[in-house]
Amino acid sequence: MSKPRIAIFDFACCEGCQLQIVNLEEELLDLIDAVDVVEWREAMSEQSHEYDIAIIEGSITRPEDEKRIEVIRSRAKILIALGACATIGGVNKLKNNFDLADVKKCVYGKSADMPHLDTALTKALDEVVKVDYKIHGCPIDRKEFTYIVRSLLMGKTPDIPLYPVCVECKAKGNPCLWDEGQVCLGPIIRAGCGARCPSFGFRCFGCRGYVDNPNVNAAKDIIEKYGLTTDVLKSKMLLFGSMQEPTNA
Amino acid sequence: MHKNMNINVHHVTRVEGHGNIVVNVNSGKIEKLQWQVPEAPRFFEAMVRGRSYQDIQTIVSRICGICSITHSLASTKAVESALGLEVSEQDDKLRILMHYSEQLQSHTLHVGYLAAPDFFGEPSVVPLVPKATDAVKTIVKAHRIANEWSDLLAGRTTHPVTLIPGGLTKIPTEQQLRQLQQTLKDAVPDLKAIAEVVLSVAGNIPQFERDTEYVSLKQTDPPTYTFYHGGITSNDNKGAALPIEKWHDVANEYVCEQSTAKWTKWHRDSYAVGALARFNNNAELLSTMGKAAADMFGLKKGCCNPYMNTVAQLVECFHIVEVSINLIDELLTKGLKQEKVTSSPKAGRGSGCVEAPRGILFHDYEFDKNGLCTAADICIPTNQNHASIQKDFEKLVPEIINESEDSVRLKLEMLVRSYDPCISCSTHMLDVKFVK
Ligand code: SF4
Ligand code: SF4
Ligand code: SF4
Repeated sequence: MSKPRIAIFDFACCEGCQLQIVNLEEELLDLIDAVDVVEWREAMSEQSHEYDIAIIEGSITRPEDEKRIEVIRSRAKILIALGACATIGGVNKLKNNFDLADVKKCVYGKSADMPHLDTALTKALDEVVKVDYKIHGCPIDRKEFTYIVRSLLMGKTPDIPLYPVCVECKAKGNPCLWDEGQVCLGPIIRAGCGARCPSFGFRCFGCRGYVDNPNVNAAKDIIEKYGLTTDVLKSKMLLFGSMQEPTNA
Repeated sequence: MHKNMNINVHHVTRVEGHGNIVVNVNSGKIEKLQWQVPEAPRFFEAMVRGRSYQDIQTIVSRICGICSITHSLASTKAVESALGLEVSEQDDKLRILMHYSEQLQSHTLHVGYLAAPDFFGEPSVVPLVPKATDAVKTIVKAHRIANEWSDLLAGRTTHPVTLIPGGLTKIPTEQQLRQLQQTLKDAVPDLKAIAEVVLSVAGNIPQFERDTEYVSLKQTDPPTYTFYHGGITSNDNKGAALPIEKWHDVANEYVCEQSTAKWTKWHRDSYAVGALARFNNNAELLSTMGKAAADMFGLKKGCCNPYMNTVAQLVECFHIVEVSINLIDELLTKGLKQEKVTSSPKAGRGSGCVEAPRGILFHDYEFDKNGLCTAADICIPTNQNHASIQKDFEKLVPEIINESEDSVRLKLEMLVRSYDPCISCSTHMLDVKFVK
């Protein structure tokens, strides 16, 4: 069998997830051996229209980008969303909380009406095209990336945790940050990062997106227990969960 | 003699973010020569409004994956200035150490993966693997060391999770710092090997000069080749430094008729920032190894060949490793202790300024009495370099117009890459529709 052809594309994002692929270092050299990387603008000059797997980083924020992602979708057998910008819209969705004309004016002042400044509501990839697999996180976890890609290369479906970050956090024996007055989203956010942030004493801010059916009421109970208001919780949920159901609840 | 030339490089490769080069020559006359930036604007300054001072870093770190530590530090410094928070000497040093890790990360990425293929005449680092296996492996190793270093201080390589207004949530153990120090000592021969390889192809660095204003940080107390503290200086400012709160007087952002992004100007109609700017303003303060590396390449203060920015980055790698080894000594001598950090909301405005790997960076925020952000202003290094890239184009193209179209294209692409632009940082870029 010939090597699967992989292409990597980016839309509106910080390119930090691509960087994690580069950060695989020695392992990347191995991985490159097992596949055929046919397009990756950040790292190579070559370009191609022939690929089996398209890995997409970034959110869709302009009409012309919707067209571009549709073309990519039509060419790829498998489409993978890479990182929070692609899987849930990421911080880019904060923009959707404002009136778009106001957003442009705030940044560009008098020039805001120039036609080339067009911007639309930020969308995650699956709001525009069908997404086959999601690699969560902002940025993605390098180990999880290789695990998912290697699973797919072997024709297996990768296992992504369904439980919340708290499970991993407690397993590590971390003290709970709520006791220190931090508003941590661990109870409602999908695990898989090894509770990275709480392990460094920093609240989970939700970069892997909500678990399926998040127990927002339980989170609200915690809020009450610590004598805070739900506004505080919502304000934290906005960072990576703007315009998503539990945030609006 | 080339009568006609049509170069249209749509999305220059091996840069972070998107940029285009357009050259139209008609009957030997340059009709159009532009550096364009079509990156989708992401509107960070608008998006942070209404968010708590505690969440600013988490959001603006995402301006750029390559310089996330830098954006995090600049914004945290700005928040601290607005709220009047002091950072302990220990945490300040640990932050500087964290910042160095990103400089090394970014410089090795740029020198090794993005710029080096040009010197070898290859389209990417991938074909270099069989050609220069040892060299590639050494670069990969140096990059990995820099990343593990960031992991230790910032909690991860990209988008730090240890920085909070007033200090750090978690600090490394003395044992971990000692290990890091050893790793850095061991990395010195690797850096030398990388420098030898670059030196062997340095003949392929184009000879081109343009008298340029170079803007960077400058620290006098104590005199330091600074990335983190100090004021703003330039070779046109006669060695004087402006306090960072005055950054608007330096950047003077403006929208240019033919421009694709907001440009900046201080004493002239463009200025450059980055490793070469820092070198030109602070070279005498480099560490011993940094100076030796500069000598090896014949890089001298006052160099105005923009292609030499890549060499200046390499020089800084040596400097960073050497001063970090010493910084760890200072930290270990005093002993480490986790400090309790608290902060409370307060109305105010503050600026934060640090050197990103690719040049000086400004952040500015205003907060209301509840600590919610009411206004933000961010000026990234890549934006400050756009006018300089355009001016370089305008001087360079007439000088090389008789070369082949491929050669002109490559030299222009290499020029853009040597500035190490990070266009994904486009906090306020203008977007262009292309005329094909
Ligand atoms: S998910 Fe985060 S790290 Fe990845 S591209 Fe988006 S902002 Fe950057
Ligand atoms: S710190 Fe956060 S993730 Fe850890 S147990 Fe507490 S709420 Fe859950
Ligand atoms: S702890 Fe939360 S914010 Fe941190 S990496 Fe995990 S999901 Fe993301």
